[in-house]
Amino acid sequence: MPIKVGIPSALLFYDYYPLWITFFEELGADVIVSKNTNKEIVDMGIKNTVDEACLPVKVFHGHVLDLKNKVDLIFIPRITSVSKYEYICPKFCGLPEMIKYSIKDLPEIIDTNIDFRKSKKNLNRTVMEIGGYITKDVKKIKNAFEIAMKEYSRYKDLIKKGFLPIDTLKKDIYSKGDFFRGKAKVLLLGHPYNIYDPHISMDLVQKLRKHNLTVVTCESFCEEAMNEKAATLDKKMFWSFGRKILGTVLSAIKNDEICGIIYLSSFGCGLDSVIGDIAERRIRRDSNKPFTLLTIDEHTGEAGVDTRIEAFVDMIKWRDEHENNLSPHRKFIHSN
Amino acid sequence: MKITFPHIGNSYIPIKALFEDLGVETVIPPKSSKKTLELGTKNAPELICLPLKINLGNYIESIAKGADTIIITGGCGPCRFGYYCEVQKEILKDMGYDVDIIVLEAPEGNKKEFIRRVSKIANTKNIVKISKSLKNAITVLKKLNALEEMVLKARPYEVHENEVDKLYNNFIDKLEKSRGSREMINHLNNAVEMMKEIKLDKNREVLRVGIVGEIYAVIDDYCNFDIGKKLNKMGVEVHKSLSTGEWITEMLLFRSMGMSKEMKIWEAANPYIKTCIGGHARETVGNTVLYSKEEYDGVIQLMPFTCMPEIVAMSMMPSIQEEKNIPILTLIIDEMTGEAGYLTRLEAFIDLLRNRKDKRISQTVDS
Ligand code: SF4
Ligand code: SF4
Repeated sequence: MPIKVGIPSALLFYDYYPLWITFFEELGADVIVSKNTNKEIVDMGIKNTVDEACLPVKVFHGHVLDLKNKVDLIFIPRITSVSKYEYICPKFCGLPEMIKYSIKDLPEIIDTNIDFRKSKKNLNRTVMEIGGYITKDVKKIKNAFEIAMKEYSRYKDLIKKGFLPIDTLKKDIYSKGDFFRGKAKVLLLGHPYNIYDPHISMDLVQKLRKHNLTVVTCESFCEEAMNEKAATLDKKMFWSFGRKILGTVLSAIKNDEICGIIYLSSFGCGLDSVIGDIAERRIRRDSNKPFTLLTIDEHTGEAGVDTRIEAFVDMIKWRDEHENNLSPHRKFIHSN
Repeated sequence: MKITFPHIGNSYIPIKALFEDLGVETVIPPKSSKKTLELGTKNAPELICLPLKINLGNYIESIAKGADTIIITGGCGPCRFGYYCEVQKEILKDMGYDVDIIVLEAPEGNKKEFIRRVSKIANTKNIVKISKSLKNAITVLKKLNALEEMVLKARPYEVHENEVDKLYNNFIDKLEKSRGSREMINHLNNAVEMMKEIKLDKNREVLRVGIVGEIYAVIDDYCNFDIGKKLNKMGVEVHKSLSTGEWITEMLLFRSMGMSKEMKIWEAANPYIKTCIGGHARETVGNTVLYSKEEYDGVIQLMPFTCMPEIVAMSMMPSIQEEKNIPILTLIIDEMTGEAGYLTRLEAFIDLLRNRKDKRISQTVDS
C-alpha cells in the first residue's frame, strides 16, 4: 500500500500546492489534502493552540487535526526562508514545535528545514531530505522534483495571466472566463492564506467580484517591478511577505488602474502590525485612493465585514463618477 | 546635535556615561510613565507590540525637551524589532517632527556604513577614543547589572525594611548626577561594598523564582510593573535571565555572543527547540529548563501581547512544566494591563509555589 502523506491546506499551501502535491504523488505517495477550512476545523484549531496565537496558525492546527488519523506522514516543514536575506515569520520557524507540543499522538512529521536565507545551495539537500521520507531512490526523487517544478511553473503562468490561486483550485478554470469582472481593479493585500481561504476571508474575493470589481493581489504584480520599488525603502524589508506587499503598494500608488486598496490583516499578526501600518501611511500620504484595513480573528462577524466592504465599494463608485466628470481624459492617459 | 535614545531598564546610565566621555550632548528621555505610554499608544499602530509604544512615547517626550537626533538599534529579523526603526520613522514623519534618525546597525553587513554612523553619533572619527569610551561604558554597565542582581537577591532577606531600596535608590540618584564613566564606576564600587554590609537574615523561608521571556519585558521595570520588587516583597528571591548587558552586546554586535553561557542555555533548550526563531524564544525555553535544574521554585514568563517568538515558546511551556516538574506562569502585558489584576495573578502563583514547597518539605519529613 502506498504511503499516505497529509498536506494541511493552510498557511503556505496556496503558494506552493502544485509543487508539493505533484512531488509527493510522483514519488508514489498517496496525497491527502485536508478539507477546506470550515467551522469545525477552525474550532478544533482554536481549542488546540495557545490562545495568543494568530488565527492562521490556529487554523493550521485545525487542518493538522483533520489529517491526524488519516495519514502516515504529515508535511509540516519548517519554512524559515524562501528568499535571500529574508524570513517568513518567527512562527513559521517554530511551527513544527508548536504543533508537536500542542497536539498529542501525531503521525510522523516531515519537518525538514527549508532555509534559503543565505543561498539556494542547499536546495538539493532539502529536496532529498523531504523525498527521503518516501523513498531512498535518489533518482526518483530528482525526477519527481523536476516534474513538480514544471507543474509549479505552469501554475505561476496562470497566476501571471490574472488568475488567483483560488481560481486555479477550481476544476473548470478554463471554461469560466468571468474571473476578470469589471474594468475597475481593486488591490487586495494580506497574507495569501488569509485572502485565498474563503472561510477565513469570508469570501472577500467573490464579494468584491460580485460588485463588478476585478481583484488583483501581490501575486498579480510583476515581481521585478515590485522588488525595484521595495528596494527604495530606507531599510531592507526582511520579511518576504513584507517585501511583496510594500513593493506592490509602492507601485500601486502610481498606478491609475488601481482604484482602491484593501488590507486584510490577522488580529495579533506581528507582521501585519508593521507592514499594514507602513502601507497605510504611504497610501494616505502619497495617493488619494480609498483604503480600508480589515482586521479579522475568530470573533469577527461577517455582517460587520460586509458593511465595511460596501462602504469601500461605494467610495470607489463615488470617486469614479465624480472624478470622471473632472477629468474626462483620465482613462487615456495611462492606457497601456 | 542633541541625541536621544529609548529607555530600556537602566541602560540610560551607561549610555549617559558613554556620551559624556565622548563629549556629545544628550537628552535623556523622562522616565517612562503613564504619560509616555499614552503618547506612544495614541500614535503607534494599534496592534504593534508594547515596547514600540513605550519607546515612541520616550522619543516624543525627548523631542519636547529639545532632542533632534534619535538613535535606534536595528537588526535583520525575523522578529518585529528589526523593523521598529522604519515604523517609528514613518510615524514621526506623519506627526510632523523633523528629526534625524540614526539606525545603529551594519545594513546588509556593510561595516563601513556602520562605522560611519558610529562616528557621526560619536562626533569623532577617532576610533581609539570611541573604543575607550565604549569600554568604560561597558564597565559601568556590568557593574550596574551586578548591583541590580544583588538587589533582587538580597531584598527578601533584609533585616531592616527598605534598607536595600534606600541604598539602591540613593546610588541611582548619584549615578544620574555624575558626569562621565569614571565617577560612575567609583560610585558603583562603593555601592557594591555597601550592599554587602547590609544585614540579611538568611534563615528566612524564601522562595526562588526565575524570570524569562521577551527581553524588554524582562528588563524594563516600567514595562513589567517592577516585578522583581513585587516578588521580593512577597518573600521571593528573584533572578532575571536577561539583563541590559545582553541587550547592549546584542545591539552592538548584532548577534548573541555565542559564549559558553549561551551555549549552555541552547543546549538546555535543545530537546524542545533547536533553532533560533527570533527574539529570545530559545533562551526562554533554555533558561526555564536550567531554572528547573537549579531547583528554583517556579518560573515566570513575561511577554508583550502578540509577541511572536514568545508565543512559540509559550506553546511548549505546558510540556516543560510537566516534564521538568516546575510551575510556570505566563504573564502577558499590554497597555491595558492593570496593575491590580497583575498583582493578583502574581500572588496566586506565589501561594501555589509556597503550598507546593510546604508539601514537599512535609513529605520529606514523613518519609
Ligand atoms: S505572518 Fe502573521 S498571520 Fe502569518 S503566522 Fe506570522 S504572525 Fe501569524
Ligand atoms: S520580541 Fe516580541 S515584543 Fe519584542 S519586538 Fe519582537 S514581537 Fe515585539
